Amino acid sequence: MWFSRPENTKPLGLVIFFVTFIGIVFYAYGSKKRSDQLESYRNIPFMDDEEDTKDKQ
Amino acid sequence: MAVTTYSGAEQYNFEVVKKFAVMSLVWAVVGMFVGVYIASELAWPFLNFDSPYFSFGRFRPVHTTSVIFGFGGSALFATSYYVVQRTCQTRLISDGMASFTFWGWMAAIALADFSYVLGYTQSREYAEMEWPIDILIEIVWVTYLILFVGTIMRRKQPHIYVANWFYLAFILATALLHTFNNLAMPINLFSMKSYSLFSGVQDAMTQWWYGHNAVGFFLTAAFLGMMYYFVPKQAGRPIYSYRLSIVHFWALGFMYMWVGAHHLHWTALPDWTSSLAAAFSILLLMPSWGGMINGIMTLSGAWDKLRTDPIMRFMIVALSFYGMSTFEGPMMSLKEVNALSHYTDWTVGHVHSGALGWVAMISFGSLYHMMPKLWDTKMYSRKLIEWHFWLATIGIVLYIVAMWISGITQGLMWRAFDQFGNLQYSFVESVAAMHPFYAMRAIGGMFFLTGAVLMAFNMLMTIRQGKRESAALEARLAAKLAHA
Repeated sequence: MWFSRPENTKPLGLVIFFVTFIGIVFYAYGSKKRSDQLESYRNIPFMDDEEDTKDKQ
Repeated sequence: MAVTTYSGAEQYNFEVVKKFAVMSLVWAVVGMFVGVYIASELAWPFLNFDSPYFSFGRFRPVHTTSVIFGFGGSALFATSYYVVQRTCQTRLISDGMASFTFWGWMAAIALADFSYVLGYTQSREYAEMEWPIDILIEIVWVTYLILFVGTIMRRKQPHIYVANWFYLAFILATALLHTFNNLAMPINLFSMKSYSLFSGVQDAMTQWWYGHNAVGFFLTAAFLGMMYYFVPKQAGRPIYSYRLSIVHFWALGFMYMWVGAHHLHWTALPDWTSSLAAAFSILLLMPSWGGMINGIMTLSGAWDKLRTDPIMRFMIVALSFYGMSTFEGPMMSLKEVNALSHYTDWTVGHVHSGALGWVAMISFGSLYHMMPKLWDTKMYSRKLIEWHFWLATIGIVLYIVAMWISGITQGLMWRAFDQFGNLQYSFVESVAAMHPFYAMRAIGGMFFLTGAVLMAFNMLMTIRQGKRESAALEARLAAKLAHA
């Protein structure tokens, strides 16, 4: 079988993983609008503050 | 993005968080005490008392299980339940399941420790528990997975915050690792003894696929989840780059799975397998440092907090040790370096710079942030936090410097030849040369343990203070109502 030969599957694996990685980097950094959207999620940990937890520190 | 006002601690299940947080401190003290004891046995062997029950071989897994799964695991249960509820702004889906994970996990650790002292072990590093305990862990872990995923599924916040991604990767990967590494056949239904389904080099490969991914997903990804929530919270500013955290997550998760075979250089394992693992280990430096930079740069513009806030200091020093040990690890995975470092104390030092410097320090910082909030008070003593920080830092430095010197000395002594081509040193000569460094390591451990004891005391007093304040508040409210 074609995919049972390492000389075929090794470069195929390399292409699949490399393209996936580039895809993730493009998703994260490729568009200004999406970048702004993603960066807005940084504030999630602060959203349930602090009415009743009394951060006295 | 939805903003949901959070209407009180009773909205969340903090009871289970409190229980796990307290037990993480208990296991820290127990596990580190046993660690100091076995380090002392190596320096002063009379401490073995010629008894199998006190021997290094039986106590060593008691130490590793208590600190990794008892202290680290409980801290992860506590913080993951805390973080998932607060960032999803919803309660855990089941109080009963949460309680079951607590009692089940505690039983598993206690039973494992007890069984090691009695001499039961699978002889698989960091997975020494025999099959009945493995089955208990499997049930607890699947419950944990259902509880965590179920809670995420009913979140009020549309986006899943990145800390939860790391926690979920840790839970999923640990489930896979635990299941496949522990495939074994008991010799009969009423015996603790079992034999692995794997043998020979496959057995070694499976063990180190598990072993290094336990480091990667249990001791790294999960604590990065902790970092992504508690560093911004303590710094009072959001994480440096959310986009970097996304690339960090996928790159780290993908690369860790390949690196286990670097533990088996120069063995019967096919050469290409361990070379591939070494190549991925080098690549792993990039996501690791990406994450470290993301954490440290969160303090950008507020570096003064390092001077003024001891909790922040714990976290930033943790990230610095994370950066240091994730540089050292790839370096040690190179075959030529490994030829010197493997089977020596250098490996032990490396593990502890990660375990004490990164895992324990980020856990201490996170617990110092979280526990006063859980009891609705402030820390009992800031001075004791300062003391803890310095004791822990000095302890780590003593430990890893001792192990660097003794490890490199061992490596060099074992490969030294005289002019006739014979080994220059006998093994026992290398053991004798280690003695001062073993004493130094034990003393480093004592520093670290003393810090942990101070923390446990500080937390105990904080909890009592929180309870007192809450009782006084209730009494005032009751008095007001009575006069109304």
